[in-house]
Amino acid sequence: MDFPSTQFVPSRAMGTYEPIHQIGMWGENFKSISNPNISASVIVDVANKLENESETTSHEMLVPSSKHDQEASKPFDKIQRRLAQNREAARKSRLRKKAYVQQLENSRLKLIQLEQELERSRQQGLYVGGGLEAGHLGISGAVNSGIAAFEMGYERWMEEQNKQICELRSALNAQISEIELRILVESGMSHYFELFRMKSSVAKADVFYVMSGKWKTSAERFFAWIGGFRPSELLKVLVPQIDPLTDQQILDVCNLKQSCQQAEDALSQGMEKLRETVSATLASGQMGQGTYVPQVAMAMEKLEALVCFVNQADHLRQETLQQMSYILTTRQAARGLLALGEYIHRLQALSNLWANHPREPA
Amino acid sequence: MDKVTRLASEKGVVLFSKSSCCMCYAVKILFQELGVTPMVHELDQDPEGWEMEKALMRLGCNGPVPAIFIGGKLVGSTNEVMSLHLSRGLMPMLKPYQTLC
Repeated sequence: MDFPSTQFVPSRAMGTYEPIHQIGMWGENFKSISNPNISASVIVDVANKLENESETTSHEMLVPSSKHDQEASKPFDKIQRRLAQNREAARKSRLRKKAYVQQLENSRLKLIQLEQELERSRQQGLYVGGGLEAGHLGISGAVNSGIAAFEMGYERWMEEQNKQICELRSALNAQISEIELRILVESGMSHYFELFRMKSSVAKADVFYVMSGKWKTSAERFFAWIGGFRPSELLKVLVPQIDPLTDQQILDVCNLKQSCQQAEDALSQGMEKLRETVSATLASGQMGQGTYVPQVAMAMEKLEALVCFVNQADHLRQETLQQMSYILTTRQAARGLLALGEYIHRLQALSNLWANHPREPA
Repeated sequence: MDKVTRLASEKGVVLFSKSSCCMCYAVKILFQELGVTPMVHELDQDPEGWEMEKALMRLGCNGPVPAIFIGGKLVGSTNEVMSLHLSRGLMPMLKPYQTLC
């Protein structure tokens, strides 16, 4: 018979099938357990023990019979003693079988209990291992496609960005007209605004994705503030690149930097308040009972505000770029955009270098 | 509509907010940094809060909070305030109402 439990056969008892057969019969009890792998390991352990016992018992049984042949005049009580020992061994075997079956029954009940709990958790969408995917395939499908669309879009965006940077570089070195340069600057600005629109779209699908900055390189993420660059930091990087500035321009840029810092500060404090609120909501009520659906649902509602913050941060970035384009001349704006593009390249190169540099073995 | 307009004209800088709204909190912080103490009305603590929300939405505030009025006139929500601030248009509007510390 192609016995499925041949997998249970321990390596040191390849020829001995009797104990396995016995287990096979007892196996009717645990066929209803849905996960056969658990029962397998239980069986192997007990099978090992029982097999060793049976081997010893049959070995013992063999010895007296050879002795019996040789010495026909063996006293009757020795035979009686031997029979008593056999009865004792059989009794012990029956007790062990009973204990084994009891153990299997308990494991089976525990397994059914665990499966029910798991099913309940899945239905509540709280199964940590599977995340949202386990219970809400429809919604996660939309999230995943939103993210996939963004990642594809970002790849195209980067390609276009690199093309524009090259064009700006050659335009600034050549002697092109003011109007042509203006067109390049406007394209550059629109290109960034396009990115902000893309981010707004994916933030609706999964705001945590935007917050994580997963589509960016590691060094870019290091400098990120609410899902992107910090406007005031950007000004610090760009302004030295667009020297010389008139006195009025210096004043205007200074004011813009101050306004950015104030706005950033307000948003940062708002974010901190949001963290406190979500944390307090999540931690409310008694802990220790294992029930938390209301707290998690309430925290979800509060977390919706994160989308507003991400959008507002991007709005700040857009306004900063816009204001700079008003303050600067066309040529200065072109140099600014070029510098911004090259700065991002350097960050990406840093990430690359970091990822590949040899490290000391752990 | 009346209550909102009435309250909006009572003080120089008026902010309609909700105590649980973190973006409203951010706007409050900004005004604080600019040396202004707006008159804050928490809609979730007002018995007529729901009517006031509807009135603000009719005026074009999608939030509907935060909603900022300066000199009795609606400035807008967070977007408008931020844009104004970065274009250096906010400070001149707030100047008459800055509290001298």
